[in-house]
Amino acid sequence: MSQIENIPVKARSPFSEAFEMFRRNHAAVVGLVVLAIIVAVAIVGPMVYPGNPFDMVWAPFTPPGQEGYLLGTDYLGRDILSLLIHGAKVSLTVGISAALVTVTIGITVGALAGFYLGWVEEVLMRVTEFFQVLPTLLFSMVIVALFGASLPMITLAIGLVSWPAVARITRAEFMRIRELEYVIAARAGGVKNAKLIFSVILPNALPPIIVQAALMVGSAILFEAGLSFLGLTDPNVASWGQIIGSNREYILDASYAVTVPGVAIFVTVLAISLVGDGLNDALNPKLRQR
Amino acid sequence: MALLMTILQRLAYAALLLIAVLVLNFSMMNLAPGDVADTIAASMGGADAEVMAQIRAEYGLDQPFLVQLANYIGRVLTFDLGYSYFYNQPVTKLIFERLPATLLLVITAQLLALIVGVLLGVFSARHPNGIANYFVTLLALFGYAAPVFWTGILLLIAFSLKIPLFPVGGMIDVTVEDNFFAKAVDIAHHMVLPVITLGSIFLALYSRLCRASMLEVLGSDYIRTAKAKGLTQREITLKHALKNALPPVVTLAGLQFSAVISGAVLVETVFSWPGLGQLALTSILARDTPTILGILFFSALVVVVGNLLTDMVLRAIDPRVRGRA
Repeated sequence: MSQIENIPVKARSPFSEAFEMFRRNHAAVVGLVVLAIIVAVAIVGPMVYPGNPFDMVWAPFTPPGQEGYLLGTDYLGRDILSLLIHGAKVSLTVGISAALVTVTIGITVGALAGFYLGWVEEVLMRVTEFFQVLPTLLFSMVIVALFGASLPMITLAIGLVSWPAVARITRAEFMRIRELEYVIAARAGGVKNAKLIFSVILPNALPPIIVQAALMVGSAILFEAGLSFLGLTDPNVASWGQIIGSNREYILDASYAVTVPGVAIFVTVLAISLVGDGLNDALNPKLRQR
Repeated sequence: MALLMTILQRLAYAALLLIAVLVLNFSMMNLAPGDVADTIAASMGGADAEVMAQIRAEYGLDQPFLVQLANYIGRVLTFDLGYSYFYNQPVTKLIFERLPATLLLVITAQLLALIVGVLLGVFSARHPNGIANYFVTLLALFGYAAPVFWTGILLLIAFSLKIPLFPVGGMIDVTVEDNFFAKAVDIAHHMVLPVITLGSIFLALYSRLCRASMLEVLGSDYIRTAKAKGLTQREITLKHALKNALPPVVTLAGLQFSAVISGAVLVETVFSWPGLGQLALTSILARDTPTILGILFFSALVVVVGNLLTDMVLRAIDPRVRGRA
């Protein structure tokens, strides 16, 4: 016994190992840094660059860099930089909360289907297929149109149409893990179903779900941008898609008012997908061959 | 015989899915604040309680929920999706006017993305260090991260405004000659940018999957055998490898129909393409519930039919699927 204690090898926690794998993916590290900057802008930006972004500050269509407006003004003479900074908060908040809704519904449905199998799985998977038949954007447009275009409703609508992918992954993982020996042992030991689902199987099923959840944040940001581009958003809140949508008619006079917010969306989603790739390397090393 | 049974089973299941869509439609219509009577009253400029009750009785709105639901499904089965008070037309007529434009856009974009994606995937798998390989990787990143409406606007700025190669929007010029050939050319000319915009997302998906799938197949034993037999590289790639690499790509393409329609809504808005997506947006902004729900139903129908067709194609190109029946 005493000999074992003397072995001078420091045990590595799974987290430090995962971190090491993540760090080796340079693109993912760059993505993480970019993402951190964007989050910082969304949180600190409105304090450093105060004022209502909807205020008219100068003549419409002032090109970028003139009159002290770094990104110019849009068709209503609003400061695009200010709109962009204030929009970051909305885009990120909706993106993250919609991803949370997606993952919560997806895990619940997938876990129940993959754990209980039988008729429970049959019913839940039919429901999942049903949701995959409805075009996601159109369905969420209908929800927003019928029940009101507030940010919580938009978040809910995005979550409500995006969960099937998460449910499928969760179900597959649960079906695989429930047959493993440690689960059978726990079951034989009299562990209750609820505990089996949440404390025995779920923690081991999480890695691919976390990766998917990261990507979901990106898709949700794109989704919100699409809805607000179409004008289906809270008209009193600035968001990236909304800036593009409202300036769309004026691309001849001010193409920058449309291109710049698009770059913001593009860079954010790209950073998230790079981070998702890195998470995949870190959490699912076996799946890396592809 | 077994094949016929499978087809019948699939059709029955598709019909069940569509009825489920109708139930959802109807429930949403009931849950949402306001009903048909309110809409009619609003268009008349207000009505008293007695008239409201009369309208509700006339439209069967005073019946129990299940009876109303059964009536609704029965009406849809006779192709009656209700009446649009905004357009003053039956919803089915509105939709049938717009459906061809959307189908033309969606099918062309899907087919082009699939063909070009497979070509790119095969080529980049054959030349792992070639330029096509980098292109596929870049395309995959761009296709995922760029909002499709933004890509569309960028193309519009570049190729309609700065270099006026293509029209700014619409589907056909009013000035075009009235013969089939001239019309077809004009529509094709209008279609270039929308199709590229919509297709680019899916091109990214298909080319990446096709590359991965080809790489996997090219590494297998029977390919080595084919090489040892002395077959040419071209024969191996096209006859032996592609045949086995294709089914996953077709399966993925089949799963994208609902995403393609979602994309089409945005692309139609950017390029003022007179399809279902545009109709959906205007009717949503006008709170024209019967039209909105009719479009939701028809787009689900398109997805279901698309899935059935994909099944048939898979059956034709993959004997393993046929075996499973």
